Amino acid sequence: MRNLRALEGWIYERLVALSGIASVVVMVLIFLFLFRESVPLFRDVSLRHFLFGRDWLPISEPPSFGIVPLVAGTFAVTVSAAVAAVPIGVGAAVYLAEIAPRRLREGLKLAVELLAALPSVVIGFLGIRLLVPWVKAVFGLPTGFTALTGAALLALMALPTIISVAEDALGAVPGTYRQASYALGATRWETITRVVIPAARSGLLAAVLLGFGRVIGETMVVLMVTGNAPIVPRSLFDPARLMTATIAAEMGETVRPSEHYHALFAVGAVLFAVTFLVNLAADRVARGREAR
Amino acid sequence: MADKIRVRGLSVYYGELQALRRVTTSIADRAVTALIGPSGCGKTTFLRSLNRLIDLIPNTRVEGQIFLDDVDVYSPGVDVVDLRRRVGMVFQTPNPFPKSIFDNVAYGPRIHGLSNQRRLEEVVEQSLRRAALWDEVKDKLRHSALDLSGGQQQRLVIARALAVEPDVLLMDEPTSALDPISAGRIEELITELKAEYPIVIVTHNMQQAARIADWTGFFLHGELVEFAETERLFTAPKEPRTEAYLTGRYG
Repeated sequence: MRNLRALEGWIYERLVALSGIASVVVMVLIFLFLFRESVPLFRDVSLRHFLFGRDWLPISEPPSFGIVPLVAGTFAVTVSAAVAAVPIGVGAAVYLAEIAPRRLREGLKLAVELLAALPSVVIGFLGIRLLVPWVKAVFGLPTGFTALTGAALLALMALPTIISVAEDALGAVPGTYRQASYALGATRWETITRVVIPAARSGLLAAVLLGFGRVIGETMVVLMVTGNAPIVPRSLFDPARLMTATIAAEMGETVRPSEHYHALFAVGAVLFAVTFLVNLAADRVARGREAR
Repeated sequence: MADKIRVRGLSVYYGELQALRRVTTSIADRAVTALIGPSGCGKTTFLRSLNRLIDLIPNTRVEGQIFLDDVDVYSPGVDVVDLRRRVGMVFQTPNPFPKSIFDNVAYGPRIHGLSNQRRLEEVVEQSLRRAALWDEVKDKLRHSALDLSGGQQQRLVIARALAVEPDVLLMDEPTSALDPISAGRIEELITELKAEYPIVIVTHNMQQAARIADWTGFFLHGELVEFAETERLFTAPKEPRTEAYLTGRYG
């Protein structure tokens, strides 16, 4: 009987350990797969040309696989989206967690969750139908399919993630901190800005990064509204082509195996590396702050 | 002795529930007043009425008057922020902010407008000395307050309250989360601080009240049953309910 229970424990512990390492194994396998499918490109194209080439012309003769325009497009659109979404998202979370009356808070949270539930293709559709003509008319542009349009929609899509994670982080700040602050004669605003937000900072940072992760990996919306011209955008009013949209748009039309096919995998590997580095950096920052 | 606080017919309701029933009493200046009674008897509610921290709880209604230096703290013109600066509070569980030791003590002075670094350093040192913590932390003011022991954290919180130069100190079971040695140090500190401040302390521990308090009030079911000099209350209670509690027949 005793042995049976020990065995049971042994089995379950191994099962739990297996689930624990499964995600790591899957991630390593994905990386290896990306790597393996990317490498053949560099038999014909130099790494330097791939990383620093300014022309993405995969079906020209001869083709050119320079990813600078794609990286520039991704950078312009995602950074702009984050710059817009972070203050609004954190501000909304502060309002929800600290200021809004309870009834209103429940209603607003429901709205935020509904926003998160909208499929990205629907947001893209609304973007084409409403935002694209608006951007064209308001800024007097030849086309409304611009980096700005994509950034605005991506910011909208990042908001639910940022708001709900940030609100959780603020809600997790112990009530005793707030009471101590009020008891010292602080106003609500002083309590929020000097005690609650600093106490929640690692969670707020996590919110920002998860929002950023949502934005950088998003494909459908940017494919639909950014115009997809593979040029380096000179401003947010130019069309842009993002790495994700490139892979989605072109993968269906490649011959396998071909230079083009391998080049798309290489783009995927670059995207993966970028998100990995962002997360790693974020992790470091969060830990560094906690240690202090 | 002069009374610092006079409470007249104080009733507090949480929604339908009446937590305090027409409490009338006075708190003496430069003395320790202990409030005892079983859990849920209203002593913490009484304490939180004094600095209006109770305002933070929704659906709370307060009747009656509390005079701090002859001004009713519930009258319409009162600045609650200033009231809370004047009435310092220490909580049951040590609750330093997740900031450095220095920034914890400097928090109050900073929000009240002190920004001169030299002055801040003086205030922090003076407050930590008065809370009997300076010698233990003077070399690590930049360290996180959360690295201190529970007893040190509670003295830090007292220093933080002293830094805004309050007129009154309220303490809500300040030693209940501490080991006996740390609790003893807090008791010593309270005895020292009463030379400068009126102190109101809620305690579950009757021996503690007997050791440190000059005045003791016994609460039961929201009522202040008896209020007297500590020695008189413990040795010759006038109310049968007080005697029953002191001899262990309640709570």
